[in-house]
Amino acid sequence: MEKFTVHRGVGVPLRRTDVDTDQIIPAVYLKRVTKTGFEDALFAAWRGDPSFVLNQEPYRAGSVLVAGKDFGTGSSREHAVWALRDHGFKAVLAPRFGDIFRGNSGKQGLLAAVVEQGDIDLIWKALEAHPGTEVTVDLVERVVRVDDFTAPFEVDDYVRWRLMEGLDDISLTLRHADAITDFEAHRPSFKPTTLPARAAS
Amino acid sequence: MGRTLAQKVWDEHVVRRGQDGEPDLLYIDLHLVHEVTSPQAFDGLRLAGRGVRRLDLTIATEDHNTPTAGIDLPIADRTSRTQIETLRRNCAEFGVRLHSLGDAEQGIVHVVGPQLGLTQPGMTVVCGDSHTSTHGAFGSLGMGIGTSEVEHVLATQTLPLKPFKTMAITVDGTLKPGTTAKDVILAVIARIGTGGGQGYVLEYRGEAIRALSMEGRMTICNMSIEAGARAGMVAPDETTFEYLQGRPHAPTGADWDAAVEHWRTLRTDDDAVFDAEVVLHADELEPFVTWGTNPGQGVPLSGSVPVPEEVGEDGERQSVERALEYMGLAGGTPMREIAVDTVFIGSCTNSRIEDLRAAADVLRGRTKAEGVRVMVVPGSARVRLQAEAEGIDTVFKEFGADWRHAGCSMCLGMNPDQLAPGERCASTSNRNFEGRQGKGGRTHLVSPLVAAATAVRGTLSSPADLEPLPGRSVPAGALA
Repeated sequence: MEKFTVHRGVGVPLRRTDVDTDQIIPAVYLKRVTKTGFEDALFAAWRGDPSFVLNQEPYRAGSVLVAGKDFGTGSSREHAVWALRDHGFKAVLAPRFGDIFRGNSGKQGLLAAVVEQGDIDLIWKALEAHPGTEVTVDLVERVVRVDDFTAPFEVDDYVRWRLMEGLDDISLTLRHADAITDFEAHRPSFKPTTLPARAAS
Repeated sequence: MGRTLAQKVWDEHVVRRGQDGEPDLLYIDLHLVHEVTSPQAFDGLRLAGRGVRRLDLTIATEDHNTPTAGIDLPIADRTSRTQIETLRRNCAEFGVRLHSLGDAEQGIVHVVGPQLGLTQPGMTVVCGDSHTSTHGAFGSLGMGIGTSEVEHVLATQTLPLKPFKTMAITVDGTLKPGTTAKDVILAVIARIGTGGGQGYVLEYRGEAIRALSMEGRMTICNMSIEAGARAGMVAPDETTFEYLQGRPHAPTGADWDAAVEHWRTLRTDDDAVFDAEVVLHADELEPFVTWGTNPGQGVPLSGSVPVPEEVGEDGERQSVERALEYMGLAGGTPMREIAVDTVFIGSCTNSRIEDLRAAADVLRGRTKAEGVRVMVVPGSARVRLQAEAEGIDTVFKEFGADWRHAGCSMCLGMNPDQLAPGERCASTSNRNFEGRQGKGGRTHLVSPLVAAATAVRGTLSSPADLEPLPGRSVPAGALA
């Protein structure tokens, strides 16, 4: 995973709340078996509308999405994160996120930063007043900057560390392989196993 | 200080406590796999040269993409077929137990696990599907995960997780006849909002929850994610043990006794403290339906579509306006006057045998509203067989409903079962998001009883709205 410290890019104001993962990527696009190439699926239902923000210059090239509360609720599909990433987004700012989406983001190098609604409102206004305005997302200092405006954001300490180091979870966990083996040795015998398969009669 | 049920289950699965802000490493007892969120995870294993650590704690089924008609034919949609074939290839290569289309144990992953007795109290259960919260009905911690986490669990049988807060949802009193588990959870979500449960594990408690069957409890836990919660739980009790005993993978003999003894300890201690508490009174609840485009936008069936001008907060008013525009509804319309084109009975929320029985009881001897399409999709092949053994399929067919094979079907429209643009549906599923059941489709979330009554009248209705049938003293659904 690529290391994330400071990112600067065009901010995209998405003035909507409750943007669930079905809106980020409809189920019909989940049939693919690859992990890349989902950019065409991002916000698919809205992309036909010329007034939709991502259909307008200079937002097309945006890399920092600024959304309303409860972004990424609903389905666990990581495809939502892949679609944002493949489209070129590096960070999403919102007052509140769906838990699973936020977890998935951290595992794919996409920063989900929690910014207070009042600050989101100010950033929206700045981005709309001067389309193409760049937003700096500073993970080291945990702040976003737009022109001379600065707002703090929240991100889990551990997620921040992993993003900054570009580490993947599996290799981190496998450092504790002995602890896993120890745990397995003490699991109760009544715990079920899927094998051998037993079917209902 | 005492611990909550969720904390007890958590503590029993800690492989390693996190230090300095690290997450805890939790052991996973059961990993359920399906075709949509697994291909990239298996690819990841191959790339890293890793195997599946515990094949005996892993099981796969085909559900999201599978057709519900003509299942003996090759899958027509090429990308769906590729995804199913990819799962089959991955399971064969890595050695994962798989129940394929046509197999008696195939079906929606969250119906199959409990049905086989693989979901048991006090377990950690994960699946690359947000409705894994369903398994919390057994007093287990069931969590939906993303594909990176699927790969992580396949490789290590663990997950790094930060502890959640706990919220008690107490439903005291007794549900009125015709009011069901689905109505309870829709009322809970309308109360706390789609984000109200974020960061929490919900524990459903109280007399009304204790009185529910396991299937009713599964319906409630299933939709915990719709309140934003990571999981929902119900403490195990005699109802749980009775449901489990004799199922294929339930413990037997001395293991059964040891298991039950342990399961009885899985309840929130009297002196435990929840981070938040919500109380609902069952006797105040009535059939609940949604009018908008998220599951929190619901009202009692006797209510009306909200009027945007009367909504206080700006952001909220815009959200209501947007929802009404998408749904093609005018503010102030009584819910009972909303006419539907389609009724869908199915999904991991409401496709179990009790759901089908309840719907069939309403439909028996009645005539379908003209022009309404009714689709019934059992949650698993096993449920379908059971329904056929009970003659329930005949009730649906005689009524004019389309009796289908098992799968996720129209809940999310990954297979051909979809709504057309503008088509309005009363659906027993879990999400009324824009386009969820097909691009431009309009979804009203309802219970199986409301779905069935709506199929008779053509407008959103409860069984109480139906004319009494000659020779039937008890209104249909009153006993459900």
